[in-house]
Amino acid sequence: MLKYILKRFGYIIVSLLFITTITFFLMQAVPGGPFASERKLPPKIEQQMEEAYGLNDPVYVQYVDYLKNAAQGDFGPSYKYKGQSVTGIIKRSFPYSLILGVEAIFLALAVGIFLGVIAALYHNKFGDYAAMIFAVLGISVPSFILAAVLQYVFALKLQVLPVAKFDTFWHTVLPAIALATTPLAFIARLMRSSMIDVLSSDYIKTAKAKGISSKITIYRHGIRNAILPVISYLGPLVVAILTGSFIIEKIFAIPGLGNEFVESVTNRDFTVIMGTTVFFSVLLLLSILIVDIIYGFIDPRIKITEKQGGDA
Amino acid sequence: MSQSQLNQSDFEPIEYEAAEAEKIAGQSTSYWKDAWRRFRKNKLAIASIIVIILLGLMAAFGTVLSGQNYFDNDLISANKPVSGGHWFGTDNLGRDIFARTWYGARISLFIGLSAAFIDLVVGVIWGSVSGYVGGKVDEYMMRIADILTGVPYLLVVVLLTVIMPRGLWSIIIAMTITGWINMARIVRGEVYRLKTEEYVMAAKSLGAKATRIMWRHLIPNMLGPIIVTLTLTIPNAIFTEAFLSFLGLGVPQPQASWGTMTSDALDSLRYYPYQLLFPAFFICLTMLAFNVIGDGLRDALDPKDRS
Repeated sequence: MLKYILKRFGYIIVSLLFITTITFFLMQAVPGGPFASERKLPPKIEQQMEEAYGLNDPVYVQYVDYLKNAAQGDFGPSYKYKGQSVTGIIKRSFPYSLILGVEAIFLALAVGIFLGVIAALYHNKFGDYAAMIFAVLGISVPSFILAAVLQYVFALKLQVLPVAKFDTFWHTVLPAIALATTPLAFIARLMRSSMIDVLSSDYIKTAKAKGISSKITIYRHGIRNAILPVISYLGPLVVAILTGSFIIEKIFAIPGLGNEFVESVTNRDFTVIMGTTVFFSVLLLLSILIVDIIYGFIDPRIKITEKQGGDA
Repeated sequence: MSQSQLNQSDFEPIEYEAAEAEKIAGQSTSYWKDAWRRFRKNKLAIASIIVIILLGLMAAFGTVLSGQNYFDNDLISANKPVSGGHWFGTDNLGRDIFARTWYGARISLFIGLSAAFIDLVVGVIWGSVSGYVGGKVDEYMMRIADILTGVPYLLVVVLLTVIMPRGLWSIIIAMTITGWINMARIVRGEVYRLKTEEYVMAAKSLGAKATRIMWRHLIPNMLGPIIVTLTLTIPNAIFTEAFLSFLGLGVPQPQASWGTMTSDALDSLRYYPYQLLFPAFFICLTMLAFNVIGDGLRDALDPKDRS
């Protein structure tokens, strides 16, 4: 187990090194320096600024410096906002994204699993069709369109929920729904098909034959076993929520990390782009690792130390 | 037990003509015919195919129908609602939304289809080489894929579009640079499963080369999952394009895609909600249609998975 975790950590480090390197050189490849704005700076000042940010060093020195600093969680200063460090920006904005993301993940899991179970229990009946139509719609309507429609209907027309910003719980309702819908639909479909499989398995028949009430059969024997594919979807779920937050936070004017990333893209604020990219990747890789470890604990049939030949 | 009583007459040959016997009574059903028979029953999927065909036709010819073009500014008639002259109204620069919608359809569908096609080619080659050769090569190739998927897909796409000059092909390249991995994984899994089959062994022992085995035996047998993955890649690509447009990284003005139109319309959502209606509706419709077709194909092509 420990060996497995260490090995996975090794891969994570390689992945991160790769990501950092790629982002660094991509940003180097961009035409025009960070100070090439509309207003031409006097050449002396430009020189001085480049000196201060270490831009006059040879690329490999800059690269090694960047790696060293990044490893210590220091992504340098923002080019756009004077006096702000990238790490500071991440620290300031991440809590908002975290709250919103956790809310959306819970929403997606709770409603998605519920819909999937309903669909499986009423297989090929009205409940199934209704849940699956909802799921297909959820996958087909992009989050930003849903967000716009929600905003228009509930905030502008009905005026029952706040339009934007992030102060109270009520502010989080619309963005969380918009963020959760697509993954929710995926979870509902996953849960449905795995629940249908489980419900037709022998141990369910045994439980029924023993006269156990259908409630206990469904909860203890059905859902517990059917939920495994959903757990393996947790990694992609985190990604979906994370990248979904770029647009949702922008639409609802939430000062989170996603919004910060979008801003930095629009402003070509390269240190912020790089910093947030690396941060997002760390978050993602770690959450996938955690999910895999949890999965190993929950499902004893899967030995994670074992090498799987067929489907890697 | 009376059934087991046999008479001598039971063993007499039935009269038949040699020519008659050679005739094949029913049409033989191939895998594809069988799949089509199943697919045809899926009304929703057939309707979706019709929708896609209609959208394709409108993308090809829709821009000339209303007698307006997609780029003419007319500030006096800006933000006009739906009318006889402008069937879908006009946007904030007075451009005809009807013409822009179908021009946008052209761009969005083109991006969706070509990204899916490139993913298909790269993914199939990568996956089949990795799966067929196996061993160390397989391990390294899949490790590379693992590392590439370590970065969230949309993040890579955004980074690449930031550094590339804005335009159609930049978007397609950015989308395909890690987009093929999903297809490669699926193909590799299939090849891994199929290469131990007896017909592959038979072909090998008859001296068939790897490329021939690949083309003649493996790829035809895994077309099902490939086609399903392909159909589901298209709506994803259309979504990604819209997503990029939303970040201001879409096709440059005055070109339009459904994504850029949606993003423009959001700014004035409060006052001119109809501007969002048309592009948003067609994005949803297209994604829905492709998703339904993909699901229908999955049900039709995979006989094991039918429920």
